[in-house]
Amino acid sequence: MRWLQKLRTQLATLRRSRADSDLDAELRFHLDQQIAENLAAGMNAEEARRVAIHSFGHLTTVREETRSTWSWTSVESFFRDLVAGLRSLSRSPGFACTAILVIALGLGGNIAIFAVIRSVLLKPLPFHDPSRLVVLYQGQQKDHEVNLPIDAGSFWEWQRAINNSAELALVAPPGQYGLSTRGGELPEMIDAGCVSWNFFHLLGVQPVLGHTFNQTEDSLSAPATVMLADSLWRRRFNADPSVIGSQIWLDARPYTVIGVLPSWFKYEGKMAGGRIQVWVPIQHETAASLMHTYEDHEFFALARLAPGISATLLYNQLTAVQLQIKAAHTGPAVRDSVMGHSLLDDAVSDYRTPLLTIFAATGCVLLIACLNVGSLLVARNAARRKELAIRTALGAGRMRLLRERLVESILLSSGGGLIGILFASAAISWLVHTRQDMNRVDGIHIDPTVALFAVAAVVLCGFFIGLISVWVINSKSLLGPLQESSRGNSASASRTGLRRTLLAAEVGLTVILLVGAGLLLKSYLRLRTTDLGISSDNVLTMQFNLPEVRYNKSVQKAAFMEELLRGVRAVPGVQTAGLITTAPGQGWGGDFLISVPEHPPGANSAGLDVLVRAADPGYFAAAGIPILRGRTFASRERLDHADVVLISRKAANRFFFNEDPLGKHVRIDAMGKVFLIIGVVGDTRWTISQPDHPTLYMPIFGNVSSATLLVRSSRNVEALSIPIQSVINTMDRDLPVAYAETLRETIEKSVLSAEFNSLLVLGFAVVALLLAAAGLYGVLAYLVTQRTNEIGVRVALGAQRAQILRLTLLDGLRPALVGLIVGLAGSVAVAKLIRSLLYGIETYDSTVFLAVITILLAVATLACTIPAWRASRLDPLQALRME
Amino acid sequence: MAKPTDLVQGTLDLLILRTLALQPMHGWGIAQRIRQVSNEVLQVHQGALYPALHRLEQQGWIRAKWGESENNRRAKFYSLTPDGVKYLRQEQAQWKRLSQAINLVVSEA
Repeated sequence: MRWLQKLRTQLATLRRSRADSDLDAELRFHLDQQIAENLAAGMNAEEARRVAIHSFGHLTTVREETRSTWSWTSVESFFRDLVAGLRSLSRSPGFACTAILVIALGLGGNIAIFAVIRSVLLKPLPFHDPSRLVVLYQGQQKDHEVNLPIDAGSFWEWQRAINNSAELALVAPPGQYGLSTRGGELPEMIDAGCVSWNFFHLLGVQPVLGHTFNQTEDSLSAPATVMLADSLWRRRFNADPSVIGSQIWLDARPYTVIGVLPSWFKYEGKMAGGRIQVWVPIQHETAASLMHTYEDHEFFALARLAPGISATLLYNQLTAVQLQIKAAHTGPAVRDSVMGHSLLDDAVSDYRTPLLTIFAATGCVLLIACLNVGSLLVARNAARRKELAIRTALGAGRMRLLRERLVESILLSSGGGLIGILFASAAISWLVHTRQDMNRVDGIHIDPTVALFAVAAVVLCGFFIGLISVWVINSKSLLGPLQESSRGNSASASRTGLRRTLLAAEVGLTVILLVGAGLLLKSYLRLRTTDLGISSDNVLTMQFNLPEVRYNKSVQKAAFMEELLRGVRAVPGVQTAGLITTAPGQGWGGDFLISVPEHPPGANSAGLDVLVRAADPGYFAAAGIPILRGRTFASRERLDHADVVLISRKAANRFFFNEDPLGKHVRIDAMGKVFLIIGVVGDTRWTISQPDHPTLYMPIFGNVSSATLLVRSSRNVEALSIPIQSVINTMDRDLPVAYAETLRETIEKSVLSAEFNSLLVLGFAVVALLLAAAGLYGVLAYLVTQRTNEIGVRVALGAQRAQILRLTLLDGLRPALVGLIVGLAGSVAVAKLIRSLLYGIETYDSTVFLAVITILLAVATLACTIPAWRASRLDPLQALRME
Repeated sequence: MAKPTDLVQGTLDLLILRTLALQPMHGWGIAQRIRQVSNEVLQVHQGALYPALHRLEQQGWIRAKWGESENNRRAKFYSLTPDGVKYLRQEQAQWKRLSQAINLVVSEA
């Protein structure tokens, strides 16, 4: 604690004038006491005073002696360095502003992306004890498949078997319901979550109003109950607390509101986005057959591990149970293993690699910025060599000079940090606005951890830059400048060597960034232009859902759909229209396992996975899917006579290799129905980034309640959205229509993250390139200035201008070339790291590498040309006269 | 009577610290006490006392506080810090060893 006492005392002595008056008072007191003693000893007032003052000695000497014990404190010298640094920086405002801005650019990006990483990847989920929450999936070991949805039958067995190791809840991916708050009102399509009754209890979420589901409410026969999300409650009910007990209608069925969830609650995961507005009990919403089958996999499970149980232990226990299930229930669809990952991983693992890549890119830019500013400082210090030499001769220690340099660079990096935080806030707002699709994006802001990171980054940068700038200071070379004659004034070799190395490093990092950006950009462009299987221009899609209440008979559904197609096809501007359950590029849409009765047992006879779609006869023509063999559905093949299907070419090639599929049958085990194959159609992709999957099409009329209307037009299809919606409105006033978007918009949404990543890294690469070019220009200009004499001598001795130009140009390009080679080597390693982000291109795509080399050489040559040109234009007389 | 400025600096520090170990005092009081206890042999001059006091304060062995003296005058009182107490013990032990050694050499058998 002694140091604290010392510090306190030292801080007190800083207040100089105060300390002085205190000392005077103290000495005066002593004098007065002496006088009093003298008086008491019998002297008179006059004498007492005289004797006292005489014995006191020379007051000034005493004062000076005492004052000399007040030492130069570290605090005071730090403040002096600070003020000196500020003054020297304010003397060259141009340099200071440039340096601060460059650092701000580097720091701003870094801080922004760290804020994103902190909030999205690192911050624990807001639930109770979130590290104990895992999401469970099934796997099929024989097919090497993982993270598959689970079936409800297995779930109940798991729950029975492991009631002490974990609490389980069953969750279905969100469905769409038409919500109305008053009977007869036009419904709004919203996402609804179907969960077990104990879901909220498992997560540790308390409702702000009412209560969560209890076990009795989670059954098919129970009265319909629903819980509202906070956003819905505020938007449609104006936060009215009396909403509890009132009724809302989902798909025209009444539900009683029993609770409202807190505003912070959002469930985000791989199979559930964060936009769920209402929650309903899963067993109430699901058909009993689906709730107890082992062959239809539509769900996933959430588990809270009991204390002491690890996730791996749980997965192993459940796999053992699953194997028992598989032994007990034969059937190709029954799974054989259980796996999972933490709830946090489920929500954000897809974003890990892209975000870390972008963070590394900002790190590169920051490093380049630091190298740039360091290089600038070296040049600046070179101009002050004589001053440093004189100070060293007068007794300044090396530590003292180092400290001054460090204070200067920390001042620069602090300034850069302050402006960088402003940049970062702006960047964060832009990011949150652009990437609304990212899970956990709403929580991104600058919190204390980010602020701490910013401070640490500022300090690190300051030290790094400072260390670069003092690299060349050692006592021997300090006195050199005093001995220099002004004629032989050439740059010290170590200083230019340092700047050249810094430049090479900058160029290397820039090359790495450029290669990364190039690969990501090419990958994004490749993705964007991938063929979905159909022409995706001027195609409009919109989804609707026929509520059970009004369309409970298949005949009604078929009639509506047929009428709809007639009405839509009559709208002017519509070329073709069709109905499909899920359009190409708009998602998985559901799959089934099929078997082929005609095939002998073995491969290609059972357990074959196909995507299942239902379509109207005119769909294939409307979408532009070629019918390669056979025919489309006939008009009478609907309702009860709908056991015909068309299969995609991939299904035909894979399952009916070397034989004609027409006339053969497929059996959908889960439905227990057999279908006749009447045609083969072209392939389409279910999402743009995945290859096409074998698909099966059955007739839509009468068999499904929800569908997507697909409309093709010769041009400007967006304009048809309103007329078509009014056709639907005329037919059924209460039928909501959702997700009206063109196919082009669907594709753009799917490639949003690839676009974002590639454009961001490209932006960083451009900034880095500019910084490196500026650095290159700066170093060469500096070299030319240093070598003015030498060039003048050369020219005077007969060198041609062209020769000087070439000489200087090569001089400047050399570090750039070194940097290029080092950078290419680094890029090879980096390309391997980001392979998972690349789509459809080679990891070492030669076009990208060649383009980067060309761009860099071009920019470097351009940057070097101006100083080289100026060097070649030097007037030898002027040059020789320069001192 | 040796003039106090002949004393080794460390010894003066020891005298001051020992005096303050008994109770907090101002500079005048310290000088008086040292004079009394040493039977008028050691008279510390202001020119040595105050630099010593301020130095000890800078080093953290003693701390100062303004207070009221016996005759209600404003005076700066010094007191030992906990580290100062430890330092005093160390210096006392050191002095004992040193003075015993010197005695052994200087005194006749």
